Amino acid sequence: MAEFRMPSLGADMEEGTILEWRVQPGDTVHRGQIVALVETEKADIEVEVFTDGVVADLVVPVGTKVPVGTVLAHIGDGAPAPAAAPPAAAPEPKPAPEPAVAPEPEPEPSASRPVSSPLVRHLAEELHVSLDRVTGTGKGGRITRADVERAAAHPTRPERRPKVSPRARRLAARGGEPVVEAPVDPAVEAALALTPTPAPTGVPAPVPAPAPRVSRRQAVGRVMARSKREIPHYYLSIPIDLHDALAWLDARNADRSVADQVLPAALLLHAVARAAAQHPLMNGTFDAAADAHVPSDHVDLAVAVALREGGLVAPVIAQADTLSLDELMTALKGLVMRTRRNALRGSDLVPGTLTVTSLGDASPGAAGVAQMFPVITPPQVAAIGLGAIREEAVAHEGLLGVRPVVWCSLAADHRVSDGRDGARFLAALDHLLTHPDALGAHDD
Amino acid sequence: MTDTPARDVDAMIAEAVGRVAPDADLTSVGDDDLLTEQLDLDSMDMLGVLEGLQQLSGLTIPERDAPKLATLAGARAYLIARFA
Repeated sequence: MAEFRMPSLGADMEEGTILEWRVQPGDTVHRGQIVALVETEKADIEVEVFTDGVVADLVVPVGTKVPVGTVLAHIGDGAPAPAAAPPAAAPEPKPAPEPAVAPEPEPEPSASRPVSSPLVRHLAEELHVSLDRVTGTGKGGRITRADVERAAAHPTRPERRPKVSPRARRLAARGGEPVVEAPVDPAVEAALALTPTPAPTGVPAPVPAPAPRVSRRQAVGRVMARSKREIPHYYLSIPIDLHDALAWLDARNADRSVADQVLPAALLLHAVARAAAQHPLMNGTFDAAADAHVPSDHVDLAVAVALREGGLVAPVIAQADTLSLDELMTALKGLVMRTRRNALRGSDLVPGTLTVTSLGDASPGAAGVAQMFPVITPPQVAAIGLGAIREEAVAHEGLLGVRPVVWCSLAADHRVSDGRDGARFLAALDHLLTHPDALGAHDD
Repeated sequence: MTDTPARDVDAMIAEAVGRVAPDADLTSVGDDDLLTEQLDLDSMDMLGVLEGLQQLSGLTIPERDAPKLATLAGARAYLIARFA
């Protein structure tokens, strides 16, 4: 009889609430199957089981908040006991099953979703708005941030709240948060999870739950401090001329429907994954106890994704180096959609072997950030920062021209590699992106 | 094809945008404003909006037409023309 426990879906997660059971006692479940929807401070996350079996009983009813590690359900074998199924106390760094890699962005099961996200509920609390009295205008009656803000504004004089665009509101809400801070999130938390950090002893537990922003801030701060304390970073960067790559991509996309379109972001990730697979010193983890690099057979790419509510998370595209360009685009689209819909799965939050932070989409009209120097997420050994694709004056075949350029930065761990290795990695990336035919050859 | 009143097209656009950005307020967007700018959509979001429109309308929208759907007025005109 295996115990299915409340998983830790981030280092700052201490408890979670069962929002939904997707199975009933007597149901047969398979490893990787989504069995419950769990609400954390940050997001609603679909949680998978890590064993095959038959659901014996559901211990924790819907709506109940329990600490990480609490037994939620028992899974019976229904078959001769195999080599004891590991209790799922923590999200295990299991090799993600192939199909989980490239899921279709599925339509949101709106009927079964809660009517507001944790972030919206948090906002409602801050603004003293009772959600019972708010009419949801989002999809499926979901209560949106704007609904809460409208409800908060209503009882007061309307002039006090000038009408602002959602963009302006969001910018204002983000105001205090520099963009660079966030890429780290879950990867960071995964890193924290790997290093048993003592419970913050100096902090007296306040009666109300601490605001998620504070604990995320603290989690990021701790990991970044640890990274800068322990990892001797070196940094390299290179401008890559994307003229040919973008022309190739445009031609490839032109007659496809929008559903099959591949964005430049996917092409860049595809190239990074390929280059990392060729240069194993930039991929994997560092084992501090053994004082040695632990290379990885595959590239599990952690990718920073912006949340519309503000902030970022960095879910993982497992085995990104084995995916074709189209598969990677599909995986990326799925990740982004799930992140934005607050429907990340446990398998999206497995530890990565390399993190990419992109300041990719510049607003139209703005030149965009040129270079981005990432901080390595421990225990990883490198991180890639991608600037916005910008028009730059470039010398090309002896002539000066204006061409689209992306600056690719590498932060790497000097305990594992030297600048020369890093330079080779960036040269490989440059080669891939300036020879797009070879890059896409696997697909067509 | 039966004619598609502008308000059906508007509803389609609202639905497609809502799928990607449930918190987006279309009433704050002028007809000729860029959707990406006014609603703070990135290229991935905008792709989602176009995919939504494709599903809801049953039309196949080739990528080369995407720039025509960058504003509300543009999207409206494009969809009505394709339905005509």
